[in-house]
Amino acid sequence: MKPFVAFVFNNDCLKIYKMKDKQTVFIDSSRLITESLVRAGADVFIGYPITPANLLYAYSERRFPTFFAAPDEITTLQWMSGFATTGHLPVTATSFPGYALMIESINMAYMMELPMVIVLIQRLGPATGTATCGAQGDLNVIYGTLSGGFPLPCIAVSNMHDCWDLPPKALQMAVDLRTPVVLLTSKEEVMTYKSFDLSLLNEIKPVTRTPYSGKSPYMPYAPMENLVPEFLPVTETGHQVRYTASTHDKTGIIQNTTPDALANSTRLARKITTNLENYLFDDYDRQEGAKTLLITYGITTQAAADAVKAWRSEGKKASLLVMKTLSPIAKRYFDICKEYDNIVIAEENLDGELRRIMFGQGDQARITGVNKIGQMIEPGEIIKALESYE
Amino acid sequence: MNDMFINNNGLPFCKGCSHTTIAKNTEKALEKIGLKPLDVILVTDIGCHGIIDKSFNTHTVHGLHGRSVALGAGVSAGLRDAGKKVIVFLGDGGATIGMQHIIDAAHNGFNMTVVIHNNMLYGMTGGQPSEYTPYGFKTPTKPGGSTKMSYDICKIVAAAGAPYVRRILAIGDISGALAEAFGRPGFSLVEVMEICPSYGVKSNPEMKLAKVVENSGLATTVVADNPAEAYRTNLREGLPSLLDAVPVIPAQAGIPLQKEMRIMFCGSAGEGVQVAAELLAVAGIRAGLEATKKGSYPVTVGVGFSAAEVILSSGEINYTGTVTPDYMIVTSQEGLDYGRKAAGRMKAGKIFLDASLEPPVTGAEIVSFPFREKVTARNASFMGMFYFVNSSGVFPLDVMKEAFNANKIAKKVDAGQFLELL
Repeated sequence: MKPFVAFVFNNDCLKIYKMKDKQTVFIDSSRLITESLVRAGADVFIGYPITPANLLYAYSERRFPTFFAAPDEITTLQWMSGFATTGHLPVTATSFPGYALMIESINMAYMMELPMVIVLIQRLGPATGTATCGAQGDLNVIYGTLSGGFPLPCIAVSNMHDCWDLPPKALQMAVDLRTPVVLLTSKEEVMTYKSFDLSLLNEIKPVTRTPYSGKSPYMPYAPMENLVPEFLPVTETGHQVRYTASTHDKTGIIQNTTPDALANSTRLARKITTNLENYLFDDYDRQEGAKTLLITYGITTQAAADAVKAWRSEGKKASLLVMKTLSPIAKRYFDICKEYDNIVIAEENLDGELRRIMFGQGDQARITGVNKIGQMIEPGEIIKALESYE
Repeated sequence: MNDMFINNNGLPFCKGCSHTTIAKNTEKALEKIGLKPLDVILVTDIGCHGIIDKSFNTHTVHGLHGRSVALGAGVSAGLRDAGKKVIVFLGDGGATIGMQHIIDAAHNGFNMTVVIHNNMLYGMTGGQPSEYTPYGFKTPTKPGGSTKMSYDICKIVAAAGAPYVRRILAIGDISGALAEAFGRPGFSLVEVMEICPSYGVKSNPEMKLAKVVENSGLATTVVADNPAEAYRTNLREGLPSLLDAVPVIPAQAGIPLQKEMRIMFCGSAGEGVQVAAELLAVAGIRAGLEATKKGSYPVTVGVGFSAAEVILSSGEINYTGTVTPDYMIVTSQEGLDYGRKAAGRMKAGKIFLDASLEPPVTGAEIVSFPFREKVTARNASFMGMFYFVNSSGVFPLDVMKEAFNANKIAKKVDAGQFLELL
């Protein structure tokens, strides 16, 4: 193993960890997610307890510079938003029942253009469902979070290294694009312990953030070239700062459906879609000559990897696309799909949420879903779907 | 910057609306206590009062219906400078839907002043009654008058620990009362009583504000006046990395496994199942293997079954879902009941079963051993763990012993008692 030195940003002090050779630990991904977010510069965790987010809550209480136990999930998002207006970078972790309560407030933060990361740990629904059973059932909820057809950014982890590398990316996206970002995972991903080599962890740099420094009066929602407005906190002493959840124009003052105000609302979607390629993450294992593409994300990546390995060991061909930027769906993913005659999408929910989002409700002969609830999809079940196209 | 709190956009309220009184007196009160506009963050709710932000030269934050107090609490807790002032405006509708937030902000003692514009109904949506509509007070959708008493929010927040609480009428110069509240550290609340000119006055032409309030039993007085310290958010610096707390496991080259091995522990809560499974995994890592472990138990973690699945492998482990185990260690009836299906799927392998239990239907070989009897129920899982390692030869027993002794459990439980029974 090649020795290397990682610079670790820990509040104001810079520590140097020398990571030599293999450093095997037995660890869960909740720990990796929490630590990586703090190193990236997230400084406030606000949470209401919910299984299976308990480990993240517990670790955050130990690790975040500021930790608040909120009395409910609506308060959680409101406190986070308040913190964000003062320049902090807040994080929470929840599961569907909590996320459902947060939805109106996520709309507010999106409209106010406040950066934050919401770690959504999926469990079996509907409703309270089974708190201790994993699932991949919340993608539709993420797509339906915002009223009006606006995209809410969502990044999904698919392995332990993602749990270290992608939370900082989600935070940077939240800061760069001034938006809430959902970091999607599931019970089995964040509560299962695994042997893991810490020496392989990449260095994490704190996210960069440049506030408005112009001399002319600050316009809270006047966009830069990349369609994102420059940020100023409400602690500002030289400029008036306004945050508004209602339809507003560049000044941050409530408007009716004026052209300026509607242009501002439209910009909220455009700033995400036009900058998406900077936050596009996936693992694309392309096999030359393969006619079938297996698509998956999150927890089902484990079974998909084993299925593809077994499939190829028999001399058969298939490519594997693990999607990590799940919302909005990038053109790249559709371009990849065009290369194949057949597509299999494996995800742990009743009827294929990602499949329906990408390819609609109609009968798709060349698209097969592998779906299941209450239990992780097994490699053999994916292999059966691959066989159907042989 | 302009030193005036109210700009020349004008105030947006209906003629005769006391929201104008509150806005003008807020400016006067802030001037009295010597604040500048950009020292102030005005957080507003949804409702007629909420369209005021365009008229103020302060920082403004305009959020959702009922949530302004929680939003303002977040703003307040995020501030570093004690010289900043957070003021939250909301109506009686917002104070109805968001009452918990008000109680909670008072309970936490956040530095903020909440000004409730209580005009006794929902003015923006047609004059529906709120929970603050007084008994007998008529509204367009309740022409017979409200049939219940209004909330006394002042008593409620005082009971929640608010140090300064006051109810006033929106008549005349109220800047002194507002200034008193604005100048206090910690949480303060002023409930300003009004009658909506568009719906309240028209529905109750004979009623005067002071009389309505008096008849409601709501005292226009200082309800709480106690000393309070300014709230300070805890900012912890230099906290240790979470990775520092995870011990690096000394791994040594071992005998590779031909294929992944899945071991399922099935026992009862409080009988060491989860710790034993973790110890087995850690011992596997010491022996040069990759390992995973996940637990299953009811939400009431202190009672009922407790199960854990461990995977050991010489290569990377991808799939951690439940498939047919190669080995099971079953140490209690609850564990057996939970693991019966998995046992039924086994066509080979071994089940190490407590001698007190009826063997399940399975294709696996049953190995019976009195785990509970020999080492007590509390240690049965540890016994099962050692028994499995010894029987399967997955790695040397000494490695299991080292892993056990390196864990804090060794301070309470002696590994020797298990080894001598093998």
